[in-house]
Amino acid sequence: MRVRSELLADAWLVASKDLRIERSSRVVASQVLPFGLIVLILFGFGISPDRRVVEADRTVLEQVAPGLFWLTVFLASLLALGRSFAIESADGSLEALRLTGLDPGGVFLGKSLAVAAELLVLEALLGAGALLLYGAPLGHPFLLMVVVVAATASIAAAGTLYSALASGSRVRDTLVPVLVLPALAPALLGATLATEAALFGPPSDGWPWAGLLGAFAVLYFGAGMLSFGLMLEET
Amino acid sequence: MSPPTSTGPAATPTGSKLTRVLGSLSLAFLAIFLLFGLMLSPPEVSQREAVRLFYIHVPSAVIALYLAFGLTAVGSVVYLRKRSTFWDLLAWSAAEIGVLFCAFTLVTGMLWGRPTWGVFWKWDPRLTSTAISFVLFIGYLAVRQLDLTPEARSSRAAVLGIIGFLNTIVVRFSVSWWQSLHQGTTLNPVDTQMDGLHLLSFFLGFATLALVFSWLLVHRFRVAWLAHQAGEAGLDRALAERRAEATGRTV
Repeated sequence: MRVRSELLADAWLVASKDLRIERSSRVVASQVLPFGLIVLILFGFGISPDRRVVEADRTVLEQVAPGLFWLTVFLASLLALGRSFAIESADGSLEALRLTGLDPGGVFLGKSLAVAAELLVLEALLGAGALLLYGAPLGHPFLLMVVVVAATASIAAAGTLYSALASGSRVRDTLVPVLVLPALAPALLGATLATEAALFGPPSDGWPWAGLLGAFAVLYFGAGMLSFGLMLEET
Repeated sequence: MSPPTSTGPAATPTGSKLTRVLGSLSLAFLAIFLLFGLMLSPPEVSQREAVRLFYIHVPSAVIALYLAFGLTAVGSVVYLRKRSTFWDLLAWSAAEIGVLFCAFTLVTGMLWGRPTWGVFWKWDPRLTSTAISFVLFIGYLAVRQLDLTPEARSSRAAVLGIIGFLNTIVVRFSVSWWQSLHQGTTLNPVDTQMDGLHLLSFFLGFATLALVFSWLLVHRFRVAWLAHQAGEAGLDRALAERRAEATGRTV
């Protein structure tokens, strides 16, 4: 039990460190969030807002809003993840983190939780933007909330693991998207379909996909906590 | 840097008795397979001439996704447990040949799709999940080239080898599930009823591609092994030279 609480304490230390850095630097708030907003708007240009889906009596934009929203979040998360590891790469911080003797599993948990927290704020704002811009209804808020939490956990855990895999390398920025995006393909599918069900119903179509997202997040939290020690080894 | 001498590891050919046997068998099987696949077996009822693509498409998909990437996952697990160079290099070699077979699967799948479905790409679960796995394992190959220490590179690649394989299964499952909601069953290569010459050609295709896979794998592994030995020998030589310099100065 003691080990468990130490792990959580370590995770909390790392997560609060990352969030404090964000509070003072505001890189996610001032760069990643505007990036997400512009992607939402540009999707509107790409799809053309007036086109309608006849059989569903909706605009195409409204119909594909769940997918566009999650794609925007996935793309923005790449920047948030890049930031999460950029703050470790300066001045040999990753080395220092290794020498602190913190539990590597706790470090992984902390870094993913900090990314998850940033993503949740991002999603709330981008979600509001998507509702306004694309005009989708908010059918089943409870399912939507569960989906958002499970999808965010999936992105944060898988993203942190793959960013760690590429950390310490000069090609990290270009490699991370190649690793993260195909790995997250099932999460994008699950998040989009569950959100579709939450907006347009019936919600019973969405719950199995929310379950898949949950399982995906558990798989990656487990894998990340087990393997993070290896990533912190000398590079 | 001096060119490698004839006794150095770089000059050793990667051929061996095993590869020569495998290579001859591959070529012999390829000849028989071409004879049956292109000439002796008749067009099939529903797929017509396209069935010939199916003789190489399905085996290469099975070999890439299950045999090659499975081997990468197993090699990665053993490497992380025992830190054995053999398994590390085997995992790497299998991934590389696997990506090659995966590309071959995608190309033959699209060529098969055009006459059968009327389009090159259909969001068929198998084709879609194969494309995603293809990119995932290209990522694995990129991790093998990272500018880190060899140990860090190997252990990170091993983590990716295991998770990548598990992720491939999740991708496959989720894409099948997605497609089962959106469309009825498309003409499915694996469900096709085959008999006689079709079945024989199909199994010949399997045997031929399995032989080619093993042949390439052994060669790729030997290249990786020799490159590893050459790296170590180079390090030893550099150490010996520095040591000689140091003793030369102190004496």
